Amino acid sequence: MGDKTMTAEEVVSRLESGMTLGIGGWGSRRKPMALVRALLRSDVTDLTVISYGGPDVGMLAAAGRIRKLVAAFVTLDSIPLEPHYRAARERGAFELTEIDEAMFMWGLRAAANRLPFLPVRAGIGSDVMRVNPGLRTVTSPYEDGETFVAMPALRMDAALVHVGRADRLGNGQYLGPDPYFDDLFCEAADAAYVSCERIVDTAELTKEAAPQSLLVKRHRVTGVVEAPNGAHFTSCAPDYGRDEAFQRTYATTPWPEFAARFLAGDEQAYQTAVREES
Amino acid sequence: MTEATSTPAVPVTRAEYCVIACAEAWRGEGEVLASPMGLIPSIGARLARLTFSPDLLLTDGEAMLVRPDGTVEGWLPYRQHLALVTGGRRHVMMGASQIDRFGNQNISCIGDWERPRRQLLGVRGAPVNTLNNPTSYWVPKHSRRVFVEKVDMVCGVGYDHAAAHPETARYHRIPRVVSDLGVFDFATPDHSMRLASLHPGVTVEEVREATAFEPAVPDEVPTTREPTAEELRLIREVLDPAGHRAREVGS
Repeated sequence: MGDKTMTAEEVVSRLESGMTLGIGGWGSRRKPMALVRALLRSDVTDLTVISYGGPDVGMLAAAGRIRKLVAAFVTLDSIPLEPHYRAARERGAFELTEIDEAMFMWGLRAAANRLPFLPVRAGIGSDVMRVNPGLRTVTSPYEDGETFVAMPALRMDAALVHVGRADRLGNGQYLGPDPYFDDLFCEAADAAYVSCERIVDTAELTKEAAPQSLLVKRHRVTGVVEAPNGAHFTSCAPDYGRDEAFQRTYATTPWPEFAARFLAGDEQAYQTAVREES
Repeated sequence: MTEATSTPAVPVTRAEYCVIACAEAWRGEGEVLASPMGLIPSIGARLARLTFSPDLLLTDGEAMLVRPDGTVEGWLPYRQHLALVTGGRRHVMMGASQIDRFGNQNISCIGDWERPRRQLLGVRGAPVNTLNNPTSYWVPKHSRRVFVEKVDMVCGVGYDHAAAHPETARYHRIPRVVSDLGVFDFATPDHSMRLASLHPGVTVEEVREATAFEPAVPDEVPTTREPTAEELRLIREVLDPAGHRAREVGS
């Protein structure tokens, strides 16, 4: 069986400009930030990004890497409005497909199930229909005759997710309270890349954690990256909480200055700079 | 319990009337999830759960269902939360950056959506919430910038838009809008916003002044009810002993 371990740089070398990229996590929670940082070090651009958005979107937007964003929100949670995302939107930096949180989930499920769409009772009556003129509706073929949004599948070329543990084969485990939608991102993508706090032997995975924690299955995974503190500064429960002080620094520092201070070097340089900051 | 019968030594604050007005949203709702967004709605939901609506479910703001003391009683990750919404067993109280006379709500952006003057959160779950479970709103600072003639982006669906899709909107209901000035509902023939009660000390004129459209005002406007002595004790000693509520609504 194949050892799928690779570096973040190797992951990024498989991505190309113009791709559709899904990013797991939720808001400022368990985001694959080490992979996003590696992406920022590359020249990959012109991306369509699909995300329950947090600083992943903020950074990629600030760096001008997004051509189109698919999202229901972008937030830092404890800081409700993501300042770099806001600034990018207000200068019209990219195209936006704004959909509801549930529509987003059903779009992922449609993609994971190889369906063109799934019906969802959301969006109708709201301006989601106005700003997405391509959205179609579907009418129930049964007696009720209700009309739903036919939420199109959110297929993606690649997905990036970050979990607590993984083995070398790509079995990924979350140890926190919420899986978010990371398994669906992996299933909706042609290639899924899983970063983790620690790579362990397969037998280790269920030694102390329940089997239900095995969220991501190896048959959907192309690459596994060991990235300790790899969700920083977002949370990765139970290994660490959100680094609120650093998040404030991120939110209040002009992007060019933040990028120069923290993103000019490699991941190790980033982690060192973070330690020196605190 | 002699002191429980007299007026409280410390007068009831506007923030505390707001807590009561929010809590009342969940009266009689039964065994459903109370989803408050914002501090005062959160205190209100827990107050309702501790007093007149003991069957309510609450979350810890993350993936756990918890009793008011924090004891975990269930698991509700986002994927199940979104499924619970469409099952309808939930009453959410959302914020609103803008809300209009028919209860259309906006939390997405101000100005032209194509290139907003101010980007806000995004539509979040407002579209799915409003078509599937009762959705109330909380506005900590009632003003003409929030209570607008027409919202810039319809996120939460109001009664006029719901009426255009009667089948799809069969579960649509906006029980109330609570602001720092009063409580509003849509109990009018055309489902336009009506002043349901004024918090003590607020006048109809103040509401009109702070509202960009003309709300329906009944001949006799009730006053938001007084908290009981036990409710005040719970708010002040159990639910918000540090007094954070005064930061959301000053006196």
